[in-house]
Amino acid sequence: MTVSSDDKLAVEVTDLKRSFRGKLALNGIDLKIPRGTIQGLVGLNGAGKTTLIRHLIGSLKAEKGQVKVLGQNPAQDPESVLKQVGYMTEEDSLPKWMRVGELIDFCRAIYPTWDDSYAKELAEMFSLSRQTKLKGLSKGQRARAGLLVAIAHRPLLLVLDEPSSGLDPIARSDILEAVIRTISDDGRTVLFSSHLLDEVDRVCDHISLLHDGKILATLRPEDRDDQMQELTYQAALSWQPPIDTDRCFGWRRSGLEWSVVLVQRDDTSTPIFPEATLIERGPVSLQRWFEARVSRKSSISVHESVANGAS
Amino acid sequence: MQINIQSDGLPIYQQIANQIRYRIAARNLKPGDEVPSIRSLAESLRVNPNTVARAYRELETEGMLEKRRTKGTYVAKQDHQQSIRQRAQQLEPHLDTLIMYAVQLGLSLDHVTEQLRERIEVLEKRRTKNKEDLA
Repeated sequence: MTVSSDDKLAVEVTDLKRSFRGKLALNGIDLKIPRGTIQGLVGLNGAGKTTLIRHLIGSLKAEKGQVKVLGQNPAQDPESVLKQVGYMTEEDSLPKWMRVGELIDFCRAIYPTWDDSYAKELAEMFSLSRQTKLKGLSKGQRARAGLLVAIAHRPLLLVLDEPSSGLDPIARSDILEAVIRTISDDGRTVLFSSHLLDEVDRVCDHISLLHDGKILATLRPEDRDDQMQELTYQAALSWQPPIDTDRCFGWRRSGLEWSVVLVQRDDTSTPIFPEATLIERGPVSLQRWFEARVSRKSSISVHESVANGAS
Repeated sequence: MQINIQSDGLPIYQQIANQIRYRIAARNLKPGDEVPSIRSLAESLRVNPNTVARAYRELETEGMLEKRRTKGTYVAKQDHQQSIRQRAQQLEPHLDTLIMYAVQLGLSLDHVTEQLRERIEVLEKRRTKNKEDLA
């Protein structure tokens, strides 16, 4: 193996920039994924998730900045990097004219670390028969075939780009199990990009929020459990919420009730909302944090553009 | 172990810890019983292994579970578990919820105490009946 054992990062992206037809798709991405962890990637459509992933698998070359996957530059030496990477995407990109068996044989020839007994075990678990044409499979079964060929060579890094979208719950559950199994095997790493926030929340060690080509924040689900809180207040009709800060953001109104995400639950330095009554403290779901964080960014840029317009 | 994870509300590690606590309290898990390994429970629940590890750690701190030198995690003997006071402390948030509902429903403290006593009898009867049915 070409990778030195002391290299603790499976992925290291530094100040990555990329534009398409003059429009900035990635605007200075910094991302470090330690080996043996599951990294989640969430963001709105068009945030840049797939563009970032395509840099990791060597199908896009960095215009600016650096990309290192398993210690190497995937655009420079795609073959030796990709041998150690498993990749599965939402797009139904498998060659549909092939039979399951042909797909397996094809991938087996590409990957030197292909594990025949593991491939067989997976095929049995997923009830995939070698004779069936991919064209004849349901969407869920085709996804399982894609999953099988993404993991049967026991990759050091498994990259999943929206693997579960449009799949039934049992197929999604199979994918999640594969993710957990992959990191249970020592030192293997998973990058999991998805819109299904509950799934991301359940399996990931770290979750990064990508927005407008930048990573807005990275957090551990347990930090959200331990440190953040959603506060709900009852206010007078005329009340206007304060501007978002680092400490609390994402004001949301429903009738006379307002809720907000507080980043440090123990932070009681200054009251957040003294004019109103605090009626509830609760946990912050990933969805709530996501919405609050994304809206906070855009509200700041609105303020900025207003200021620019005035000057 | 058939643990149910819900995606709203309580952190997942607490859901796991609570359901194991419940099994120990109901004696479905007895002192000396082995609990699943972190890895296998994480795989079957489709959650991050660190989340399961955190639930186990919390239960170990409480003295409900113990790691043995020869691999594996087991339900601890009763005398290794926490003092009554420590255990009673864990009940507090649930009591708070009970009191809140009672106040909302306009029930007196005496009424609630009486209802609690009745309820314990019902559950006790049900348990003996279950045992007889199984025997």
